[in-house]
Amino acid sequence: MILLVQYTLLFTSVLLLVALGGCFAEHSGVINIGLEGIMLVGALGGALTMKFLPVSVGAPVMILAVILVSALSGLVASLFLAVAAISFNADQTITGTAINMLATAAATVGVKAMNTISSGGSDVSSEIAYTSARELLTVKLGPLTLNWFVLVTILALILSYFVLYKTRFGLRLMACGEHPQAADSVGINVYKMRYAGVMISGVLGGLGGIVYITAGINSWKFENGVAGFGFLALAVMIFGAWHPLKIAAAALLFGVFRALGNVYTGIDFLASLKLSSTIYNMLPYIISLIVLAFTSKNSRAPKAEGIPYDKSQR
Amino acid sequence: MKQENKSFGRKLLENDGFQTLLASILCILGGLLVGFIVLLLIEPSGAVSSMGAVIKNFFHYPQALWFKYFGQTLVRTVPLLMCALSVLFAYKVGMFNIGAAGQYVAGACATLYFALGLKMPWIVCILAGMAAGALLGAISGALKTYCNVNVVISGIMLNWIGLYATNTILATVKNPTSPYTLPVASVNPGAVIPSLGLDKLFNEKTVTLAVPLAIIVAVLIWVVLNKTMFGYELKATGNNFNAARYAGMKENRNIILTMVIAGALAGLGAALFYLTGIEDWETTMSAVPGMGFNGIAVAFLGGLDPLGSILAAYFIQHITSGGGGVDLSYYSSQISSLISSLIIFLCAFVGFFKMFILKRIRLSDEKKAEAAKSAKGGAGK
Repeated sequence: MILLVQYTLLFTSVLLLVALGGCFAEHSGVINIGLEGIMLVGALGGALTMKFLPVSVGAPVMILAVILVSALSGLVASLFLAVAAISFNADQTITGTAINMLATAAATVGVKAMNTISSGGSDVSSEIAYTSARELLTVKLGPLTLNWFVLVTILALILSYFVLYKTRFGLRLMACGEHPQAADSVGINVYKMRYAGVMISGVLGGLGGIVYITAGINSWKFENGVAGFGFLALAVMIFGAWHPLKIAAAALLFGVFRALGNVYTGIDFLASLKLSSTIYNMLPYIISLIVLAFTSKNSRAPKAEGIPYDKSQR
Repeated sequence: MKQENKSFGRKLLENDGFQTLLASILCILGGLLVGFIVLLLIEPSGAVSSMGAVIKNFFHYPQALWFKYFGQTLVRTVPLLMCALSVLFAYKVGMFNIGAAGQYVAGACATLYFALGLKMPWIVCILAGMAAGALLGAISGALKTYCNVNVVISGIMLNWIGLYATNTILATVKNPTSPYTLPVASVNPGAVIPSLGLDKLFNEKTVTLAVPLAIIVAVLIWVVLNKTMFGYELKATGNNFNAARYAGMKENRNIILTMVIAGALAGLGAALFYLTGIEDWETTMSAVPGMGFNGIAVAFLGGLDPLGSILAAYFIQHITSGGGGVDLSYYSSQISSLISSLIIFLCAFVGFFKMFILKRIRLSDEKKAEAAKSAKGGAGK
């Protein structure tokens, strides 16, 4: 049961961070389908930092470095979407999909090359191990083994709510996703705002990526991507009605179902059902389909999302 | 007057088909260039020969093997083309069928189960594969029309559900000593698609009727989209949902039907691939096969045209097969997926590229008109 709580908190953190990222992008008017790829790039940045930074630097430096590099990597990945979709009016869905594929392919090629060359050809996997560095990130809270990222997530949640609803920047950002022409007419630079929205989503997506690959495992195979988690986060965002606090509740629900897949053997009641592990693997995806089926009908998505801003149509 | 003055080059530049072709070629060159730079960054010494291997594919091998490897490339092009048709068919009706990957997986599941578990003849297996793909497509379509669920999100969810379900179902017909399903050709020879002599032509037993069949399907999709009222209605629904509705078209039915057809196409792709016996399904697969995603690359590279997709599918498969020939002491075969994903990314700029050309043409027209005007004015005085 303790394990269930632990994994729920970890997976909730991942989904919450990434969904908040999606929330910022969509409120500015850009659909970020590429979150999956952005997560992977962030994860790659963080994993490389953990691999190459000596453990002797101590926990605080390690934590800060990993957070910083992951966030920056995600930011860089998100710029691919921002430039194409905002400056060149490209189709946001195609660009996002391309980023997902590009991230997986680039990470695989890069990590494989690194492993192949450093091992002299005996190791051609796309795996990075970070066992010792991961221990620095963990924190014991009574019987729970969590990591510092959970705290980062809570901060991100509070900050997101505050920025979106209590600051001039956030309200302007949301105006650009609802009615960009009106926003432009009162002197808001729609292009800049959309860049800001996408770049924030890149930072949060990158952080989500590193949290995901350090949740309970000591190494990651980059050719597997992040197993649809970026898309699950988008489902969480839709279920959470594009509102940070509701997104947090939605993330918790999905987090529980995802965590069940990791720990069901330890729970007597579930183990006695003797369901195959496949059922638990499928569970988060099935639940999200069902939830979306019931909640999408009345969804209030930002009105102008997905439509490139055309100044001449004002 | 104006039109008579147009040179051949200008007419060509204004032609939409030519612009698409030009854009596609630029996307390919851009993708190859960046891919080459990546190889150079990893290890400069082998970059040229490895890039050569990617581009040359079967020409990389001894001449006696050319036809054999060319045949294998064709066999693998078939499912890719089908997935591309699935993506572009849905796209014409305004939906982004990223679920093609899952529909392909479902198709493989039904096809192989009917072939290995139920020992059915090949034609029944193909129909089963199409039906399974269509079912997944129908779920996405129904969720879209009745519950307003984004097709991309439902597609992705179904991809993963489909993958886990398929691995479980096909584990019942797998080889007890390996994670792969039993070979179709030895368990149920009647399920292998007949080759009608094509195998002898290519000296490769996996080249079957599937190859010409795929081309026929592509032409058929072109006819449906461009020459029938049904296709016109579908495109109208995609262009303007409300206008189609006011014109009396059954927009909900059209959307579900589109997804059913798209799903069936992806399922057909899997059937035409696995019933040749070229590959068996790996039941421990932990990521959705890339076929459906590469279909997206092909559809856009082919300018969203079924006939263009034939060429694009061959090209993408050509470099993907060629990826196997890179120098594995430095690089990995995934360099090909890197190149194809770069190509999709560049394809996103095609609209901007076309606008740019049209703008330049208009600008030069205006300049000429202005010059002519002032020349006339000068003569008058």
